[in-house]
Amino acid sequence: MNGFDFDVIDRSLGYLFQDGMMFTLKLTLLSATGGLILGTLLALCRLSKIPLLSTVAGTYVNLLRALPLILVIFWFYFLVPYIGAWLTGASRPVSVGGFTSALITFTLFEAAYYCEIMRSGILSVPQSQTAAAKALGLNRVQVLCSVVLPQAFRNMAPVLLTQTIVLFQDTSLVYVLSLTDFLGAAVKVAQRDGRLLEMYVFAAVVYFVICYCASQLVRYLQRRTAVSR
Amino acid sequence: MNYYWNWSIFFEPSPYGNLYIFTLLNGLVWTIFTALLAWTLALVVGTLIGVARTTSSRWLRILGTIYVEFFRNIPLLVQMFLWYFVVPEVLPKTLGDAMKQIAPPWGIFIPAFLCLGFYTASRVAEQVRAGIESLPVGQRMAGTALGMKPTQVYRYVLLPASFRIVLPPLTSELLNLIKNTSVAFTIGLMELVGAARSMQEFSFQVFESFAAATSLYLVLNLVVVMATSWLERSVAVPGFMGSSTTSKSKKTGNSTVNEVAP
Repeated sequence: MNGFDFDVIDRSLGYLFQDGMMFTLKLTLLSATGGLILGTLLALCRLSKIPLLSTVAGTYVNLLRALPLILVIFWFYFLVPYIGAWLTGASRPVSVGGFTSALITFTLFEAAYYCEIMRSGILSVPQSQTAAAKALGLNRVQVLCSVVLPQAFRNMAPVLLTQTIVLFQDTSLVYVLSLTDFLGAAVKVAQRDGRLLEMYVFAAVVYFVICYCASQLVRYLQRRTAVSR
Repeated sequence: MNYYWNWSIFFEPSPYGNLYIFTLLNGLVWTIFTALLAWTLALVVGTLIGVARTTSSRWLRILGTIYVEFFRNIPLLVQMFLWYFVVPEVLPKTLGDAMKQIAPPWGIFIPAFLCLGFYTASRVAEQVRAGIESLPVGQRMAGTALGMKPTQVYRYVLLPASFRIVLPPLTSELLNLIKNTSVAFTIGLMELVGAARSMQEFSFQVFESFAAATSLYLVLNLVVVMATSWLERSVAVPGFMGSSTTSKSKKTGNSTVNEVAP
């Protein structure tokens, strides 16, 4: 490692973090939020007593969980323009930006994973809680929003956060669409300056530091917020 | 919506001479082959690391933790690039040059196999550790009291039981590995996603190619799930988290209990 060129990293820090990391973080946070909302709705559908609703949600979740993320990224990259044309009634496929396409993909894909987490979260709330809430005269929406879901979120918070760290790592796969996320920026600098070794090692170190700190934080929060029963 | 559907595209020749359907099936074979070899590596390394994390030696435990944290906290795609681009540069020059000169597709396959194997090993290690820790402490003590050496305690007492307990999570790790094999496409391995992508680029039939790849993944998933659920049923330890319902395990209970006792 004698010829390790720190200068190339130093020169490209602005591009790597202001362009690349901002893209990665924006994509992670937005698709985590969207995925969690959609995932919770899917979980409610899966647990619903209406057979059609639970079958459709179950099929969607199982289908997406059986496919590799890269394949799903390609699917939506080509499909979204056609869906856009269909929605707006345009005669030609609508061109959407790379970021929008990636955001839609990750939201829909992660929703399947968040759904499974939320489903077990909802099931982890004892039946007696629902019964007690009903006995107090709460209606179904109130039972769900003030009693069941808050406890489900709390029980599942560590798993949800860990899944978000996984999502953060998975966003690097937008590389296959040549988007400039953090890894994409590192690859572009590496190829421009012929410094593959330096840039890939640096990218690995940055991802490691972020993910390791985040997972330690999750562990700490888990200890702090554990409900004593 | 003016997409031109052409489902007979699968039986038209690709620029490489063979029919498109064989391009896809060839990709499927590469996916299965890579996943199986990587799975073998992952089971061996993962078991060693998992065991290391449960031993009484402090240094082995630290080593195991470092391994798991290292491989879990770096995105798989970055690890793939490290194995493909960086490892040949860091190795001694003769070995590195030899690695770079391996003819394709093996020059791509070997880094992909090592990357997927060692990455999955970190996940297998966590499952193996969880399995060993789920066993009552008395099992280890009883093994030691019978005069077994630590290696024998692991070989004859702890590992056989814990593998049977963690079989269901290991199955989902295998399914993950099959899906993760697609990441090797980024360094040029022509596995299933790579084959579908190449078919799409040459034929312009986007949705037919991806639909075919999707169906093949679903079939592959189904086969693995059926095979492993048969295996799970036949080796489940009654009364542990991996086993099926009590009434079910009672039927097979006697035979499986007898297998545990040497």
